[in-house]
Amino acid sequence: SSWWSHVEMGPPDPILGVTEAYKRDTNSKKMNLGVGAYRDDNGKPYVLNCVRKAEAMIASKKMDKEYLPIGGLADFTRASAELALGENSEAFKSGRYVTVQGISGTGSLRIGANFLQRFFKASRDVYLPKPSWGNHTPIFRDAGMQLQAYRYYDPKTCSLDFSGAMDDISKIPEKSIILLHACAHNPTGVDPRQEQWKELAATVKKRNLLVYFDMAYQGFASGDINRDAWAVRYFIEQGINIVLSQSFAKNMGLYGERAGAFTVICSDADEAKRVESQLKILIRPMYSNPPVNGARIASMILNTPDLRKEWLTEVKGMADRIISMRTQLVSNLKKEGSSHNWQHITDQIGMFCFTGLKPEQVERLIKEFSVYMTKDGRISVAGVTSGNVGYLAHAIHQVTK
Amino acid sequence: AYRTDEGQPWVLPVVKKVEQMIANDNSLNHEYLPILGLPEFRANASRIALGDDSPAIKENRVGSVQSLGGTGALRIGAEFLRRWYNGNNNTATPVYVSAPSWENHNSVFMDAGFKDIRTYHYWDAAKRGLDLQGLLNDMEHAPEFSIFILHACAHNPTGTDPTPEQWKQIAAVMKRRSLFPFFDSAYQGFASGSLDKDAWAVRYFVSEGFELFCAQSFSKNFGLYNERVGNLTVVGKDADNVQRVLSQMEKIVRTTWSNPPSQGARIVATTLSSPQLFDEWKGNVKTMADRVLLMRSELRSRLEALGTPGTWNHITEQIGMFSFTGLNPKQVEYMVKEKHIYLMASGRINMCGLTTKNLDYVAKSIHEAVTKIQ
Repeated sequence: SSWWSHVEMGPPDPILGVTEAYKRDTNSKKMNLGVGAYRDDNGKPYVLNCVRKAEAMIASKKMDKEYLPIGGLADFTRASAELALGENSEAFKSGRYVTVQGISGTGSLRIGANFLQRFFKASRDVYLPKPSWGNHTPIFRDAGMQLQAYRYYDPKTCSLDFSGAMDDISKIPEKSIILLHACAHNPTGVDPRQEQWKELAATVKKRNLLVYFDMAYQGFASGDINRDAWAVRYFIEQGINIVLSQSFAKNMGLYGERAGAFTVICSDADEAKRVESQLKILIRPMYSNPPVNGARIASMILNTPDLRKEWLTEVKGMADRIISMRTQLVSNLKKEGSSHNWQHITDQIGMFCFTGLKPEQVERLIKEFSVYMTKDGRISVAGVTSGNVGYLAHAIHQVTK
Repeated sequence: AYRTDEGQPWVLPVVKKVEQMIANDNSLNHEYLPILGLPEFRANASRIALGDDSPAIKENRVGSVQSLGGTGALRIGAEFLRRWYNGNNNTATPVYVSAPSWENHNSVFMDAGFKDIRTYHYWDAAKRGLDLQGLLNDMEHAPEFSIFILHACAHNPTGTDPTPEQWKQIAAVMKRRSLFPFFDSAYQGFASGSLDKDAWAVRYFVSEGFELFCAQSFSKNFGLYNERVGNLTVVGKDADNVQRVLSQMEKIVRTTWSNPPSQGARIVATTLSSPQLFDEWKGNVKTMADRVLLMRSELRSRLEALGTPGTWNHITEQIGMFSFTGLNPKQVEYMVKEKHIYLMASGRINMCGLTTKNLDYVAKSIHEAVTKIQ
């Protein structure tokens, strides 16, 4: 007999299920709107030019393959911090921060979660927005934390339930941990306006909460890296010492290279050094030290002026295409004669859109039109092209009229 | 890490070649790998460990999880065992680590949640060899179902491996007492120069019907240190068990790193799946192993020629990157302070640090340390 007879089969991944069903479909008009990766207007993966150039530069340097330090490639971590905080940030200039390289967004979140479990003794509770990225909950749970929620998305308006959020957040027990999506909220695409961020910051400060920002879409949301990092920078300016997870999967298209970073804003440089030493102690028994390739590409881009300029243009290009697809989808729905209010599609931002479609409508979209998305009505706008946006509008109109 | 005779890091020629192939292939992109990793990498990596003719592979009862280096493979395995082995979430299952061992073994299993991490006898300082009796005795008295971390070859840090006969005795006790073998294989090929020879112990356990884990690292044998290429090989009783195990490992991977880095896995997969590149790789591996073997024999012969007190056959009998010289802490201090030769307080030296240029100096220094300091 086996040691593993009692091991249950793990539940199938819901998003993977969408892609599997899509692959099996023979309809030539099929659309995969579950994909969480950017696609160009031909529906193809897009390798950024600045990435290709950076790779060529790296190859020509003929570097060795010696282990990176546990905390990662220094040029990368410094550039990541500067990108998030801004070059004029007092926190950045004073050195009162520590940034370690993480395995893209997930790995960075997990390092942070483990760090909080070990060193944030005030609370085990992490408050997530309702809804949040599906993987947030198991990450924090596996790290030994407990999950709570605050109201966020209003399904009636397909937008932010700001009063509900403020109400819930103002009641969060002091010294709890609150997770905020810096921009391009996943899965809803609903972000607070700057005025709303200011009120959130004030409340969070009053409740003395530890703020954990997840920034997976800097640059990718509005097309402007400074605009997308506004909330992160504002909170720090208000004296809130945040912790932050960054991903370069989407904004540099480095998905499989796993480039990410985890940052702790500290009281001073000395505290930062002590925090760094503890982060390394957490990382070493996980995977010893991080993979070089993605970090080196990102570092080359961020630290080479020409490449950085090119990157800013390309990331704006990706964001603009997404925004344009949103606009076209709405105008096509109008053309189809839909009487519904689809404003939320253009109000929302980033890769994902909560359409407001109900499960029965989603099922019809899949069965009758071969348009694949998750049951919650979430679509990846990255899967929409100028070639298929008309078909998508037609299909949505048919199931909602 | 390996060093050439010039004391430099060495990117394997086959790796350079394959990296160029990858760079020139415009059909490749940077999309996410599946959660468990690159399929071609996983299958080839496990095949390397278990052998082309492995009955376990033929019987479709082998699973693989691409991981971040050997450390990542150990961690995923440890996390899985803590959740699913010997009951559900049984953090009390004893985990045995050799005395001494790679110091990170302890931390990996501790951070995975195990509460009872113990040592098993391994290094006999007096006779400078394996304390087999102590080891077997610890296994006899370990609680049933205990987990034992075994070094597949080139034991770190002692360089002392059981002989095949000794492995057979170890396996017999482990089978009788229902102990779980978790192999750490960081030096396959790098130790003896032969992939098959270095995998003998793992394959023997498989042939004896064990269900086991083997954490593989391609850091040293491919020189891919910073790309973090590793693989957790899972051998189970049958395909159904292995499938369920992998589905649960997927969940663990998803909250640790979501999916693994692609560059290193691509290099290894491309190399292992091409007969020419595979041969070229084996040649590169043998180059590294042979240099280390040469340094061992040259150091030993110098010490014996100098008449350095003590016996020095352990230098050539030990295998792999490291050697437990037998120098005591005071002698080590002498080496570091007076001779500027850096080694661990345990007397462990990294054989890769030896070159034809420094052999004489190192031998003389050891001679001085041993004769001047008791």
